[in-house]
Amino acid sequence: MKEKDQETRRNFISNGLKLGLLTAIGGVAVAKSLNEEKMVELMDTDGNIIKVPVSKVEEHSSIKGDNYNTREGFPNKKFVMVIDLARCKNAKQCQSACNKAHFIPGDNAWLKIYKMQDNEQSAPYWMPNLCQHCDQPACVKVCPVDATFKRRDGIVLIDNERCIGCRFCMAACPYSVRVFNWSEPNQGEVKMDMGMDMDMDMTHSKYTPDYAGVPSVRGTVDKCDFCPHMIAEEKLPHCVSACPNGVYFFGDLYEDSVTNGAETFQFSKLIKDNAGYRLMEDLGTMPSVYYLPAKNRQEDFESGLENYTEFESVQKVKES
Amino acid sequence: MKSYEQLTNDLAPKKFGLYGKLWIGFLSVIILGAVYAYYLQFTRGLEITGMRDYSLWGIYISNFVFFVAISLVGSLVTAILRLSGVTWATPLTRISEIIAVAAIIMGGLTIIIDMGRPDRIYNLFLHGRLQSPIVWDVIVVTTYLTISLLLLFYPLLPDFHILSKKFKANVKLSKIYAKLSLNWTGDASQTSIYKWSIRTLSVLIIPVAFGIHTVTAWLFAATYRPGWDSSNFGPYFIAGAFVAGAGGVIALMYILRRTHHLEEYITDFHFDKMGKLLVLLILVYIYFNVNEYLVPALKTTEKEVGHLKALFYGEEAWLFYTVILGGLVFPAIALLFKGMRKPLPIFIIAVIVVLGAWWKRYIIVIPTLLHPFLPVQGVPESWHHYSPTHLEWLITWGTLAGAMLIVTLLVRYVPIIPIHETAEERGIEEPKNETNDEK
Repeated sequence: MKEKDQETRRNFISNGLKLGLLTAIGGVAVAKSLNEEKMVELMDTDGNIIKVPVSKVEEHSSIKGDNYNTREGFPNKKFVMVIDLARCKNAKQCQSACNKAHFIPGDNAWLKIYKMQDNEQSAPYWMPNLCQHCDQPACVKVCPVDATFKRRDGIVLIDNERCIGCRFCMAACPYSVRVFNWSEPNQGEVKMDMGMDMDMDMTHSKYTPDYAGVPSVRGTVDKCDFCPHMIAEEKLPHCVSACPNGVYFFGDLYEDSVTNGAETFQFSKLIKDNAGYRLMEDLGTMPSVYYLPAKNRQEDFESGLENYTEFESVQKVKES
Repeated sequence: MKSYEQLTNDLAPKKFGLYGKLWIGFLSVIILGAVYAYYLQFTRGLEITGMRDYSLWGIYISNFVFFVAISLVGSLVTAILRLSGVTWATPLTRISEIIAVAAIIMGGLTIIIDMGRPDRIYNLFLHGRLQSPIVWDVIVVTTYLTISLLLLFYPLLPDFHILSKKFKANVKLSKIYAKLSLNWTGDASQTSIYKWSIRTLSVLIIPVAFGIHTVTAWLFAATYRPGWDSSNFGPYFIAGAFVAGAGGVIALMYILRRTHHLEEYITDFHFDKMGKLLVLLILVYIYFNVNEYLVPALKTTEKEVGHLKALFYGEEAWLFYTVILGGLVFPAIALLFKGMRKPLPIFIIAVIVVLGAWWKRYIIVIPTLLHPFLPVQGVPESWHHYSPTHLEWLITWGTLAGAMLIVTLLVRYVPIIPIHETAEERGIEEPKNETNDEK
């Protein structure tokens, strides 16, 4: 029974977020047999199979919904990320994928893997760190012009066409995830990498906060955007899919599921079973990124040391 | 007793001598250099500064805090001392109001200089959000500037009238003064409006002055960062502001007394009084410093410890002790001695206090930024420190020179000591025959 549950869940996830749907109890769904009966079997967030009349089930053609608004976000979503520290060995594939996808021009990556050790006695570990997409974002609170904003789907973005470059958000962020374009960004050729089935009009690089770094703008602030441009294509953020060790899990809090592409877990159970936590909970920022402690590590901490560069996070690859 | 004629002769603004012209030339050269440096910054971006992602604010912001701080003296001398019935401060009101206006103008400009996209400043009005302390700052800075200008201007009305008559020979100048005097005749109804306005403004400016520097403190205290995350920050900044401002007034008093031969109006007594006031203000400020540094040092929480170590015996220690001891403790001790409150010694001490006040803001702004919550990793080694570039210094010097130029130009055209008020206080009557002069 349990395996079957797992199976159905996996099925659902792989069918993707295509069937975002609403039920009277807010459950989410796999439609099994829509033909004969007027009922459909759905799985609720606790993994129980329930039956719901077909008429109550809506099928969405796109995750973006009909009236997508950059400042509102994806309808009926609340994105979360889980980072399993036990799996991280500083392979840095996430970082280079992020740097590449966002054409990061500066010397400071948006995603960094910190070499951490909480005290002399405790074990060292690698800690990937990106924008925490807080529910009480300190950066948004202090922005004087509403250039950085919080969406209903949990994502915090920056409008680089509005930012006045006061850098108050950078001072306010306790996670040091924001970077500034001190000079004219040297990004090389900037293209939107959104997969094969991207809309034609998206190839015109019309600026949208949904795709940070395309392009970066001098005198404004940049940071991790949780890759809404990938979510729109029903793909995972670049860091998640690039990680060879399955460190990153991404998903929807309302669906209560997160996936790293290969494995999918019930979010609440994953956090509960592994004592998941968030960074600097005492500040009340309420991040959307959760960490699983580095216990029962798959790889030695030391194996990551060869990749560690204290003074570099963006490799400069100059194409001639 | 002095005649009215002598009084106006003594106090009327005078043309620049050779030194005055050299001084203006010197300031202009710095300002022009700064304008060029800013042109480079405007075209190339803030990369020309020493700021980077960790030291994300630098001397522009600490300089801004300094300007706001020193501008508070306007409210101290003209409002607080006036309302508490301190009459000896009358000759100092205009000096402090001039400092306030000059500093707040350049402070406003400095915050624009710090912006990455000054070309988008209109967004503050299009998209301004009331929850951001920066918007509070914009509101309160403009309000303070307005009230300060009025508080400089209103007491000048009778003086402008006097000057317009005095400089009759120079028709153009006389006409400008006449215009500026807003048809002042000095009759009873005008005098009553005049007195009422000044008293109202004096009351109004106190909460606004407290507001402007409290909000400036909140730019820092509204963040979580160690060294800034303090409920003490508003009063701490205000206490420090009065120290900087009183130092500034003493320094300017001394210079103007020398250049304008005002020994009879700004006397040793004034220096002595201001010296005692400065001791009191420094003591209050030291008290706040003890609160700011020693209480966290006693607890040494994980988040505070990196910042405090850097100040107490790390990279910034030499600056920290120079500022605290040299800029606050030693001046306060020195000023306890009567001999040190004589004009020349207190002038030197005041200059040191003002310099210390400038660097104190540096110590408040920069070390905190270099000690964030998460370790500083994955950035070039140079990003671990902050050292302002030459261009950044030049621009900063330009703003300071700009403030001094405003002071210099105001001093050229308005009486440093209020003529009308002084005449009133000394009971010197304006000779009647002069007033009904017909053209």
